[in-house]
Amino acid sequence: MHPLLKMVVQRVALGCLLLIAASVAIFAGTEVLPGDVAASVLGQSATPQALANLRAEMGLDEPATTRYFAWLLGALHGDLGTALSNKQDIAAAMGQRLGNTLFLASCAAAIAVPLSILLGLIAVRYRGRWPDRLISGVTLATVSVPEFLLGYIVIFALAVKYRLFPSVATIYAGMSLGEKLQVIALPVIVLVLVVLGHMMRMTRAAILNVMQSPYIETAELKGLRPFAIIARHAFPNAIAPVVNVVMINLAYLVVGVVVVEVVFVYPGMGQYLVDHVAKRDVPVVQACGLVFAAVYIGFNLLADILSILANPRLRHPR
Amino acid sequence: MPDPVLTIDGLRIEATVHPPGEPSRDVVLVDGVSFSLPRGKVLGLIGESGAGKSTIGLSALGYGRGGVRITGGRIAVNGREILTGGAGALRSLRGHEVTYVAQSAAAAFNPAKRLMEQVVESTLAHGLATRAEAEARAVALFAKLGLPDPANFGRRYPHQVSGGQLQRAMTAMALCPQPDLVVFDEPTTALDVTTQIGVLAAIKDAIRDTGVAALYITHDLAVVAQVSDEILVLRHGKMVEHGEVRQIIDAPRQDYTRALVAVRETESAERPPTAQAVLTVRDVTARYAGAGADVLRGINVALGPGRTLAVVGESGSGKSTLARAITGLLPASEGRIEFAGRVLAPRLAERSRDDLRDIQMIYQMADVAMNPRQTIATIIGRPLELYFGMRGRARDARVAELLDAIELGQGFAHRYPAELSGGQKQRVCIARALAARPKLIICDEVTSALDPLVAEGILKLLAEIQAAEGVAYLFITHDLATVRAIADGIAVMHRGQVVRYGTRSEVLTPPFDDYTGLLLASVPEMRQGWLEDAIRSRRVPGSAAGLPDAPGPAILPGGQVVGAGS
Repeated sequence: MHPLLKMVVQRVALGCLLLIAASVAIFAGTEVLPGDVAASVLGQSATPQALANLRAEMGLDEPATTRYFAWLLGALHGDLGTALSNKQDIAAAMGQRLGNTLFLASCAAAIAVPLSILLGLIAVRYRGRWPDRLISGVTLATVSVPEFLLGYIVIFALAVKYRLFPSVATIYAGMSLGEKLQVIALPVIVLVLVVLGHMMRMTRAAILNVMQSPYIETAELKGLRPFAIIARHAFPNAIAPVVNVVMINLAYLVVGVVVVEVVFVYPGMGQYLVDHVAKRDVPVVQACGLVFAAVYIGFNLLADILSILANPRLRHPR
Repeated sequence: MPDPVLTIDGLRIEATVHPPGEPSRDVVLVDGVSFSLPRGKVLGLIGESGAGKSTIGLSALGYGRGGVRITGGRIAVNGREILTGGAGALRSLRGHEVTYVAQSAAAAFNPAKRLMEQVVESTLAHGLATRAEAEARAVALFAKLGLPDPANFGRRYPHQVSGGQLQRAMTAMALCPQPDLVVFDEPTTALDVTTQIGVLAAIKDAIRDTGVAALYITHDLAVVAQVSDEILVLRHGKMVEHGEVRQIIDAPRQDYTRALVAVRETESAERPPTAQAVLTVRDVTARYAGAGADVLRGINVALGPGRTLAVVGESGSGKSTLARAITGLLPASEGRIEFAGRVLAPRLAERSRDDLRDIQMIYQMADVAMNPRQTIATIIGRPLELYFGMRGRARDARVAELLDAIELGQGFAHRYPAELSGGQKQRVCIARALAARPKLIICDEVTSALDPLVAEGILKLLAEIQAAEGVAYLFITHDLATVRAIADGIAVMHRGQVVRYGTRSEVLTPPFDDYTGLLLASVPEMRQGWLEDAIRSRRVPGSAAGLPDAPGPAILPGGQVVGAGS
């Protein structure tokens, strides 16, 4: 087998193993919480007999391992169970929400990733001078301000004062793509501002690290323009660390945007999770946990594979 | 005289240094250097490290490394002043009129890009040719420089070709834009002698055929004598002597030049073998974990007390691996190592403290072999505490004694390694090895990183210590001049085996086996025309200059390189 393929297969296998471990942790976590689904459905005044009956009905009297494997098997078939609060199929309800979250995240990523890399390249080109300081300062500020505050500032400036975009980002089926983009503009701006600093700083640091290499001197002595040296000679060698931080931020955009969703009333995964935590809807929380874990592991896996592919020594063995 | 390509007049170069714990200050690197280089001529810049050779070479491209500034004098290329034109003018000079070949091509090529892309880059960036023309030029240069399969060579990545091939490719990269001047900065210093000779011949032919002018920077007079028309000797940034090659070598006018020319002529008397051996290596075979092949195969050598055995060979021949097997860092998989009448356990962890004390090592890189945060007294005192339990005044007294023995004096006891020069650091490493009162010291390329005159001092010191203490040396080196100066016995290693072994006179007397003959014939000599003679008489098939190189070396875990081709 090609060594590269072997490494990729190894990473994927490791990712699957990790996901199974995460599912065990999620299941065990909800298991050790006081009370169970039956208790939360029937409330505190339930008689022991009623509890026992419901448990038998829901299969909760089976041993934990049996229930875990039943749950895992179901999840592998796309059956995430039924929500307690409204008896809906979780997979169907979540599919809609996940789609919305991915739409918001990919819009934010499509702007933030190229922009942060470009800003990183510019900061290196003018390192120590005012463009570098301006970029570093502004991105540091946007990272430091809490997301909800950033959200309110953006709403105040762009929705209330200038009325460019709506402040509520509720989207529903039947909206055209243009309408959707118009509606989600504000949360996208906030998310871009939140993730920009991290990626831009990593790009800058990774490229500066490479700029010490002798082959950068070679490029300078070829009479190349400074920006061409940074973009063509330094950046290709800084891809691995940049990819890693980009992937962590993409994962954050999918699973960590609860606050922004709440601020803009956006029907995404984060709100869905928060709602059901409040309702003690354990199956939904478990399902969300599993999906979030899968997203995190998936992006990190992708980062690993891209880093391997970015290394010419591995891509082109001797 | 025709119009010169390069004119340097009263050049002065300064840099700001930031020594630890002291205020920053300016130092003068180059002062009052003037010369001019006619079209098509080669000027050799020679001197020890710190003489300002590379600094002057880079100044011809208007470039200063890390805070280096040109503060005086003028530099003109093709009659045009280069220091006053600004950044844009410098860019159009670099990679167009003047190009640069670095010492370590392996580091100077971008690992993420194919060779062809890098070789034609400056030609395209300056709009000197279309891509098709530039690539045709590059392929022609690959062929001229003796690279294998010139038409497809450029498709490879830097890590896919050997060190010697990369150095040739870098020369092609410098010649591709058809410059007027090429600065060669120690282009063969990092190569093995057997590789160096082919690269040297290729560079010389390329310079002759393209008619380009060149600055050839090296610390090796024998090398510069082969390729240059004139030589400029530098010391501490000042010109010592400038003249024709023949005059510099045959009739040097300055004392310093005389010392440089004479430095290879030292030779000690060979001592007869002893009846008993302190170290006997019997049938030792070893391999690195995970590697497919043995790095050492059936090694048999012996070393008498108080004697010196030189282990020579090119990089990847297994010299340092042999040292690792003897010290137990890499346990031998077969065979055994006898030391002072006992058999040593293969593994380091299974050896007694006395076994460890009896065998000490000195390394090539003295500065990374010492903890930069410890004083010299702590560094030398450590083995005294560890092996002899010496404390307080007794230890200090012994440290002082050792400092005297290495001719540094007690004033060095409370300094830090960073405050010492390269030669002084290596002396401290010698003192640390001596502190353990060993029977055997393994010296791994201990003079390779040092300037010739400094290295000479270290060799002298080692000989004095041997006479006084009766310690045996296993001396690993690739430098045959060093071998002639100190060895009693010699083991020639090639691809993990000892191919020739005996007393110094036996090994260095013909008839030679193929490899030893090649190795000896590859050591540069100062006489002009040596290179042509040596190329003509190369005997080993497949490694002759101009022929395609052997496949590149394989890198094993641990950074060991096996089967190095040129």
